[in-house]
Amino acid sequence: MIHFDNVSKRYPNGHDALNHINMHLDAGEMAFLTGHSGAGKSTMLKLISLVERATRGEVWVNGRALSKESNRKIPYVRRDIGMIFQDHRLLFDRTVFDNVALPLVIAGTPHRDIGRRVRAALDKVGLLGKEKLEPIMLSGGEQQRVGIARAVVTKPPIILADEPTGNLDPELSGEIMSLFQQFNQVGVSLLIASHDLGLIARMRYRTITLKGGNLVSDGGSV
Amino acid sequence: MTQGQPSDKRGATTGKVSIGTRLKLYLALHRAEMRTSYLQLIKTPIATLMTIAVLGIAIALPAGLQLMLKNANTISADWDGVSRISLYLRPDIDATEADDMLVRIQSRLDVETAEMIDKQRALEEFQNLSGLGDALDQLDENPLPVVIEIIPTKQFSTPEASQLMVETFQLIPEVEVAKLDLEWVKRLYYLLELIDRFILALATMLGLAVLLIVGNTIRLAIQNRRDEIEIIKLIGATNAFIRRPFLYTGLWFGLGGGVIALTLISGTVFWLAEPVNQLALQYNSQYFIQGLSFPEVVQLVLFSATLGLIGSWVSVSRHLRHINPK
Repeated sequence: MIHFDNVSKRYPNGHDALNHINMHLDAGEMAFLTGHSGAGKSTMLKLISLVERATRGEVWVNGRALSKESNRKIPYVRRDIGMIFQDHRLLFDRTVFDNVALPLVIAGTPHRDIGRRVRAALDKVGLLGKEKLEPIMLSGGEQQRVGIARAVVTKPPIILADEPTGNLDPELSGEIMSLFQQFNQVGVSLLIASHDLGLIARMRYRTITLKGGNLVSDGGSV
Repeated sequence: MTQGQPSDKRGATTGKVSIGTRLKLYLALHRAEMRTSYLQLIKTPIATLMTIAVLGIAIALPAGLQLMLKNANTISADWDGVSRISLYLRPDIDATEADDMLVRIQSRLDVETAEMIDKQRALEEFQNLSGLGDALDQLDENPLPVVIEIIPTKQFSTPEASQLMVETFQLIPEVEVAKLDLEWVKRLYYLLELIDRFILALATMLGLAVLLIVGNTIRLAIQNRRDEIEIIKLIGATNAFIRRPFLYTGLWFGLGGGVIALTLISGTVFWLAEPVNQLALQYNSQYFIQGLSFPEVVQLVLFSATLGLIGSWVSVSRHLRHINPK
């Protein structure tokens, strides 16, 4: 589902963010990506979502070689990926419903299907009934769940999460993680960048560790 | 890679839908965008009103001048009726023959007035006007022909009819040359053409100003919504999708500007109507100031809307490229 083939990334300022990374995430697999800040976690996620392009090597996502996708094709690559951010990145001038509906509207989903699918996604994250509220009226944990509902509403085969529990207390973090497990159980591939080592240890999933742009360990729970 | 596994088929594409459904979706999307961008604009009524007022004034200026020109053209068309025909008689025609002819011409139905300028009067006029007075005194004989000045009736005063009259007069044996005097009409025509070009130049400049104003307003709108643009780019929005609301905003600005321009022009016409009418009465004319006709109204609003759309298009394609998620 996601495959890094000898990938290096050097930023224009000369900083080498990733060095010769080889990594493979199967369809339906869930893995944690960890390491100190600056280790290259974010860069890996950015290469998958085509926010950045690899300097060398090839990144494959859902069967597509990303170096061969033109800039015009980037939106279509991203539609296969549900992205979850530490700062949620919700639109604060619209309701919860409109936020979650946005990916469907972008993909041109028929209007009559949108309501049903948005409610299904909100139900999954336990926010049904809050669809008419504005994000600002919700707690941090609820806002994050709106972000998750938005990421899964189109049923993408891949979910990328960048520090999804960074601002949440352990209890809320646990809830978010169990949501991820549920998605994984229905066959979604997940790559979750996190430095919450305690949480990762409890989850007992595959963990990929980066250090200074190099892949230093890949395997069972740390 | 992972081909053939069930999860591969779960891509977030819309799948196969008929063209009719797609078209309906597309139209519904545009309707929604039009509404959203309109609602966004009336959320900040003062700022929006100020922008479209500036656009309105910029459009009203050349459009108003154009209307003035149209009125001037109408007036000059009325004056075309005062075309004069001059008949220069053959030199061997004497005064009595000329008198006979004058009577015959005056009795014609297509002649309003006819006046004879005999040799003596013609010479005096020529001496006064040409400044060759002394030189002419040296001549033994008056070289100037008798002239009959004719003003056709209103009915026969169109350029075509008076031209036809000239041709008829030319056939009279006593007439050496029959000439239609249209010089001053031509001068007026060229003057109006000059004004027309001036207005076109002004319209071009102010049209450019409209483009720049809309473009700048849209640029600010894009910068205000920078975060939002980054987010929706991240969740797979195409450039066309992001562009659309801004294009509609530009369209609304253009339409609003057109309506303001229309209001300004109509108000001015209404305000001027009474004094123009009074002035016309002093000249024994039934002239009324002309406002914009319906096709002109439609043209003005469409023109303005198009300018708004182009302005936002240019701005959006320039600035959207530089906003990418980080």
